[in-house]
Amino acid sequence: MKTFDYARAESPSDAVRRCGPGAMYLGGGTNLVDLMRLGVARPDHLVDVSRLPLDAIEEAGDRLRVGAAVRNSDLAADPLVRSRYPMLARAVLSGASGQVRNMATVAGNLLQRTRCPYFQDVSRPCNKREPGSGCPAIEGDHTNLAILGTSHACVATHPSDMAVALAALGAEVHVTGPGGDRIVPIPGLHRLPGDAPERDTVLEPGDLITAVELPAPPPGASLYRKVRERASFAFALVSIAAVLDVRDGVVAGCRIALGGVAHAPWRAERAEQVLIGGPATGEAFLTAAEAELEQARPLPRNAFKLPLARNLIVRTLEELAS
Amino acid sequence: MNRVEGRVKVTGLATYAAEYPAEGVTYAYPVQSRIAKGRIKRIDGGEALAMPGVLAVLSSEDPPRLGEEAQGDLALFQSRDVAYRGQIVAAAVADTYENARAAADAIVVEYEQDLHDVTLRADHPNLYQPETVNPGYPCDTVKGDVEAGLDAAETGIDVTYTTPVQHNNPMEPHAALALWDTEDRLLVYDTAQGASASRDLIAKTLGLPREEVRVVSRHVGGGFGSKGTTRPQAVLAALAARAVGRPVKAVLTRQQMFDVTGYRTPTIQRLRLGADAEGRLTALEHVAYEQSSTLVEFAEQTATPSRVMYATPALRTAHRLVRLDVATPSWMRAPGECPGMYALESAMDELAYAAGIDPIELRVINDPEVEPESGLPFSSRNLVACLREGARRFHWDRRDPEPARLRDGEWLIGTGVAASTYPSRRRPSKAVVTMREGDFLVQIAAADIGTGARTALTRIAAEALGVAPDRVHVELGDSDLPDAPLAGGSMGTASWGSAVVRACEGLKVNGTVGRADTTEEVKRDAELARHAFGAQFAEVRVNSVTGELRVSRLLGVFAAGHIVDARLARSQFIGGMTMGMGMALMEETFTDEEFGGFLRRDLAQYHVPACADVTDIEAVWLDEEDGELNPMGSKGIGEIGIVGTAAAIGNAVYHATGHRVRDLPITPPKIIDLMF
Repeated sequence: MKTFDYARAESPSDAVRRCGPGAMYLGGGTNLVDLMRLGVARPDHLVDVSRLPLDAIEEAGDRLRVGAAVRNSDLAADPLVRSRYPMLARAVLSGASGQVRNMATVAGNLLQRTRCPYFQDVSRPCNKREPGSGCPAIEGDHTNLAILGTSHACVATHPSDMAVALAALGAEVHVTGPGGDRIVPIPGLHRLPGDAPERDTVLEPGDLITAVELPAPPPGASLYRKVRERASFAFALVSIAAVLDVRDGVVAGCRIALGGVAHAPWRAERAEQVLIGGPATGEAFLTAAEAELEQARPLPRNAFKLPLARNLIVRTLEELAS
Repeated sequence: MNRVEGRVKVTGLATYAAEYPAEGVTYAYPVQSRIAKGRIKRIDGGEALAMPGVLAVLSSEDPPRLGEEAQGDLALFQSRDVAYRGQIVAAAVADTYENARAAADAIVVEYEQDLHDVTLRADHPNLYQPETVNPGYPCDTVKGDVEAGLDAAETGIDVTYTTPVQHNNPMEPHAALALWDTEDRLLVYDTAQGASASRDLIAKTLGLPREEVRVVSRHVGGGFGSKGTTRPQAVLAALAARAVGRPVKAVLTRQQMFDVTGYRTPTIQRLRLGADAEGRLTALEHVAYEQSSTLVEFAEQTATPSRVMYATPALRTAHRLVRLDVATPSWMRAPGECPGMYALESAMDELAYAAGIDPIELRVINDPEVEPESGLPFSSRNLVACLREGARRFHWDRRDPEPARLRDGEWLIGTGVAASTYPSRRRPSKAVVTMREGDFLVQIAAADIGTGARTALTRIAAEALGVAPDRVHVELGDSDLPDAPLAGGSMGTASWGSAVVRACEGLKVNGTVGRADTTEEVKRDAELARHAFGAQFAEVRVNSVTGELRVSRLLGVFAAGHIVDARLARSQFIGGMTMGMGMALMEETFTDEEFGGFLRRDLAQYHVPACADVTDIEAVWLDEEDGELNPMGSKGIGEIGIVGTAAAIGNAVYHATGHRVRDLPITPPKIIDLMF
């Protein structure tokens, strides 16, 4: 393991000042420390931001502001989150294990890295870890990898459950950094791989997430559903966060985000467009799902994700409509 | 009975191999091959040696002296040839673990790379017939005319099953601390399933007399076979300790465990079965294809349970092996029986459906009078009783045999049954029992790898002596104690218990000390077929939308002689069954065809059941009296729990969905591929 130094930031601005070249922010450490042990992350300096005063969940009008350092367990247990955004609480609780959620922070959850087996193994090539070295997953083990928005350089998936719910809700990420403060929407925070899979997000070096702001809960019923190989402690094969507002049999509002299918939480905008203003029927749901998945480019070992995502979209919408 | 070491374990006071303190301890960290086949041209440790705290670099540039009989993965740094990706080719030794690891990263290894072949295929041109399969059984057997039997059959099936590479994954990583103790002997604290055997193998590897080696393994955090033979970390620690003149710890990472501590060979198994109109078998053929490394032949005895299970006039079993550029497969819980019974018991279910006979009745109809291949009488065999008792408890009579009938919302529900079997053997062992201050000290180089061996031996000794268990103290896990066989092959309790009982009998005669060596007693055992049997029942829920699979009920009924301790036995049975669930639904190590070696080398990617997966699991047993086993009348129970579980679950998946998945593990992607 590479030697590094460690400093605890006093404030967000102090954190940004300390986070120079070779430095990384440390939140709960549930992913970064693993990556350091694996030699995938090799920071010279760790700037610990887990104890910054960013651990509050506060109402801001009809919006909810969640501090970046709020632990996943606390987010999922918060009464306001549970009553107003049950889909988000459910998404968070479906991720990892109780122990991991007790450590992991909101910002860290968003910035966790892919669990692609090649990315995590420094003895093998990976364009995300070592740009230009190649992507062996495309010919090799890609069972758990992406079918949407992939590139010739990378087929990794973003592993978060929470981010999928945030994408459906249209959350905003508050960022401070060397270039000042700004707001980045989700979706929009996570990039698609394109020719630069080494960049997971649009954040610049030194950028620090300070909060995630949730807009007022969208009207309608919502659900988060995760399909996985075992009953707990497994990443999604495919997951869905969906909100459906049906009035007089007509879809008045609809938000669908998918997890486990892309380099980013995937907002199914095509499906949403097909549905809005139309009938809330199983047939319409199927048409919408197929419209969305038309753009998928599955690989031989993950082609199952196509029927799985389709079934999941249709079944979830049917459940929300009933 | 409560575990005698329960308190020290839950309070963290039990010391495991990597935890022993040693004055001036240093650390060895291995360098692993980045190619799967070829030769090492050059190893440059210059930069590493100049790094902080670094004491030595070990490699084939300067091969350390080993014994002439050193072989396989234990013959560290002797050859320039690379046999598989992940093989240990060098190591750095330093004052801290971190410095050793950093130095290992800086060791430069140059290779001359050859094309590798890491893929097992049933049509591989290099398949061959090994002379024997583990642990010395004939490779092939033929009795009667299989083709004629199949031709004469009213119903026949010809099916092929595959099982993937699986890894044992004990919680405690493989680790060793090596030092020369004050008597100038090599002392190795090792993660070993048998101190005596480990001492012998380390001595042989290093070319030392066995008296000059001591192995201590007082607590071992699971082994399942992966610690059944000495692994490279013990030899690495010893060589490094010799090189730097200080104690050395070598602790493997989880990823390294996947590479160098063994795994279960993948198997391809073809089963051909024929039955007459009444369901009586007319022929049974079981052919297994499996792999080994170019280093050592390891021939898993996969088709051997078919020599034991069912009466048939025509029986052929065969094994074919191919030596690939892969790590050497090794022992994993119920080697042979576990993958073999998955295939046989799935095939029996397929035959039952093809013949229109209840799968339990098919097994009952074909229950043999004598062991089918050998013709030997069974010391006891209660498979039919297990099936009947399981059927009663599982309400099998309420089952609609027609597949894909039962549904609960999105979930398709099915049930399945399969048989279990495992040999009941024992090996010679020594033991000493001494009267000490009114209590009794039992000394034996047995191993407690989490099974509760200390507790079982305490109870056996207490019963033999006729005293309360709290007056008996068992000392084990040290090769300086009386020689004992390893914890493996479900032979531990039977072997050690025999010696402990005899030693206790000796003490009762002379009043102060009893010594036993069961070598002669074991030799005199009558020639009989000795096996434990069982029946496993599974209820499975398969989601018709997502392909998710959940095991909602699992019942095992076993007939395994006299059960020494109910609480320990239950843990062994349900532990094995839970592993069987993992085998059925999730466990799979991915072989990297492009680069060689394995992928998904951690517990986030190599899935085993989580607590949430095990909702309703029950193990019960039938009282079985068998006087032909050992003084306790016990059969080994460490492995039978995993045998048959995967078949019961696979059969339940068929019953739930009408689809037969013949390639383990049965995952949502496979279900989706079949249903959509």
